Amino acid sequence: MKSDIILSGVGGQGILSIAAVVGMAALENHLYLKQAEVHGMSQRGGAVQSHLRISEKEIASDLIPEGRADIIISVEPMESLRYLPWLSENGWLVTNTTPFVNITDYPDMKVLIAEIEKLPHNIAINADEIARQVKSPRSSNMVILGAASPFIDIPYQSLENGIKKIFERKGEKIVQLNIDALKAGREFSEAKRN
Amino acid sequence: MEKLLLLGAEAIAQGAIDGGMSGVYAYPGTPSTEITEYVQHNKTAVERKLHSQWSANEKTAMEAGLGMSYAGKRAMVCMKHVGLNVAADAFINSAITGVNGGLIVTVADDPSMHSSQNEQDSRFFGKFAMIPIFEPASQQEAYDMAYEGFELSEKLKIPIMMRITTRLAHSRAGIETRPLKQENKLKYPEDPIQFVLLPSNARKRYKGLLGLQSLMEQEAERSSFNTYYPARNKSLGIIACGIAFNYLMENYPERKFPHPVLQLGQYPLPFSKVEKIVNECEHILILEDGYPLVEEMLKGYLDKNSKIKGRLDGTIPRDGELNPDIVAKALGLEVKIGKQVPSIVANRPPELCAGCSHRDIYNALNETMKEFGKQKVFSDIGCYTLGALPPWNSINSCVDMGASITMAKGAADAGVHPAIAVIGDSTFTHSGMTALLDAIVENTPMTVIISDNGTTGMTGGQASHATGRLEEICIGLGVKPEHVKVLTPLPKYHDEMVKVLREEMLYEGVSVVIPRRECIQTLARSKKDVRVKVEEVVK
Ligand SMILES: Cc1ncc(C[n+]2csc(CCOP(=O)(O)OP(=O)(O)O)c2C)c(N)n1
Ligand code: SF4
Repeated sequence: MKSDIILSGVGGQGILSIAAVVGMAALENHLYLKQAEVHGMSQRGGAVQSHLRISEKEIASDLIPEGRADIIISVEPMESLRYLPWLSENGWLVTNTTPFVNITDYPDMKVLIAEIEKLPHNIAINADEIARQVKSPRSSNMVILGAASPFIDIPYQSLENGIKKIFERKGEKIVQLNIDALKAGREFSEAKRN
Repeated sequence: MEKLLLLGAEAIAQGAIDGGMSGVYAYPGTPSTEITEYVQHNKTAVERKLHSQWSANEKTAMEAGLGMSYAGKRAMVCMKHVGLNVAADAFINSAITGVNGGLIVTVADDPSMHSSQNEQDSRFFGKFAMIPIFEPASQQEAYDMAYEGFELSEKLKIPIMMRITTRLAHSRAGIETRPLKQENKLKYPEDPIQFVLLPSNARKRYKGLLGLQSLMEQEAERSSFNTYYPARNKSLGIIACGIAFNYLMENYPERKFPHPVLQLGQYPLPFSKVEKIVNECEHILILEDGYPLVEEMLKGYLDKNSKIKGRLDGTIPRDGELNPDIVAKALGLEVKIGKQVPSIVANRPPELCAGCSHRDIYNALNETMKEFGKQKVFSDIGCYTLGALPPWNSINSCVDMGASITMAKGAADAGVHPAIAVIGDSTFTHSGMTALLDAIVENTPMTVIISDNGTTGMTGGQASHATGRLEEICIGLGVKPEHVKVLTPLPKYHDEMVKVLREEMLYEGVSVVIPRRECIQTLARSKKDVRVKVEEVVK
């Protein structure tokens, strides 16, 4: 078992909480884990990415080689495409469709979505919208993780447990809102896949 | 055994705490910052009251660490690679004084310059100082080296350098910890003049350091961090330093190496292991996540031994960090070519946060400079360096911490008028104060803008030594009180800021303008702790 995952987004969008939840879930299953993240630039608004690797065998490199990632999970549509060189032939691209526009040359949305849909295995999900529908508007990143969950080699229940551990300090309600978001994302994916 | 999920930087902190450290001394700098932050929040460290407050700069940190070692206790000093340039005087001399309590100097290099001005390789400094260097390949090794490092330092009576690079510092993995050691008790050096580097004593101590070299080499020879993996195919031998070993392993899963491999994690070079692989193999490929240090040593100068492959002969790119693909190519292995990035994907460079005070300062500065002309603004390192990019294009330099003020002074001496410096509050107390003093002594006509956001913003919002004392420092150094002006950088005060800036630029002497408003990020955090903590204990 192994999952090599690229997480991407814009600084401040919370890709690290996705990594944290998957990390917890991996540990619960006694898997090895390496997660290389980008730190340093405190300012918001730049492109950020993280390499997350889980495996039942010892993991060598902190970085995923090109063309080997099983999944790209992106909280922003244009950012999902920036790391395509890492995606394996049969890999999945799971991305939010809500753009974060802070540059003047942001591409046209129609063209952008068309690029995403060119990929044989893609899930494009309006995570912000779905998060609002389940009354958890601040959990769009968990919606995306839920949408990616069918492709991650970890039992779904462990991801819920991961959320419990990570958000425990913020109280029962926040935990439940995040679990609802995760579930809604997963349901979207399962429906789209069938 | 208990396992912790830690960044490489955090693993070093945990290893140092468990290894009986009494204090960490550091100035923030990516990718080293998390070491000290971890100690600041760690339960054992808090209970033991280990020192973990930030220092003014890397030199003061290095000296304080040496002082703690003088008193017999174990200390760690942490910095990013360019910080070692600042600490170099103390660092090099600490090898001559030697230590009393164990001393580890952890330096985090940043090949590929993810957030730095250069990609200098600190191993050169370690070699220059003639002290042992640890270079971990994994988070676990980082932990173990910190844990064991104090003992080696005390055994040799010499500081130890720990060198890591960005990818190890900022990557998480599970760590097995070891039993917590006691701290050392206060104990003065046996020789009361050990730390007195008067020439007569320095000569003795330097001979002592030279004499220790063979012992250091024996330690490296014996070290479990320097492992020889024999293999049959001797057409090639591979020397993999530090994290480069992981990229090698990625290409030969489960350490099934077809060629002999020497994994290097402790320097000076273990002579007989290196000799063995070089004699045994037809060619030697050297993998280093940094400058070609080992490669240069083995290649030699005159004969340019063509047997040695690496960055110098183009087998590996001369600059930038390593990764599994670069290593695969150097080994002649097949690499996958992924899909291309579609051309519609636009660049998204980092930008100043919405509402950042630096924005208002640059808006006011740009308007003021319309009257005075272009290319007269020297700046420094911090979030405000983004003022060099559009839409502001406000600044014309960023070299090293503190250089804005001194470069403005030199330019003013050359006739640039008005000469302007823009510097952050933390950078100012790091290295700007002595620079300002130079200008004051000569009453150089220049304007220094200290953009005070009450924090060390760039590195994530650490406490700033300048907070609450900037005006006093400037006046104390000798700036005339009527030329120390405090402003509130907000759009509504734009006209007033322009007016004050203009007046001070017309003044024929040193003036300091302090626009003051808290960093948006630290402000948001102090209102509500939104950071997610990942550090968690599992069985
Ligand atoms: C010698 C050295 N030490 C540390 C750093 C890392 N570093 C870059 S900017 C910075 C802090 C800047 O803080 P401040 O001057 O207050 O500006 P702000 O980022 O808050 O705008 C630090 C610590 C460095 N580049 N060089
Ligand atoms: S982190 Fe603070 S100082 Fe840096 S850009 Fe954001 S608001 Fe400005």
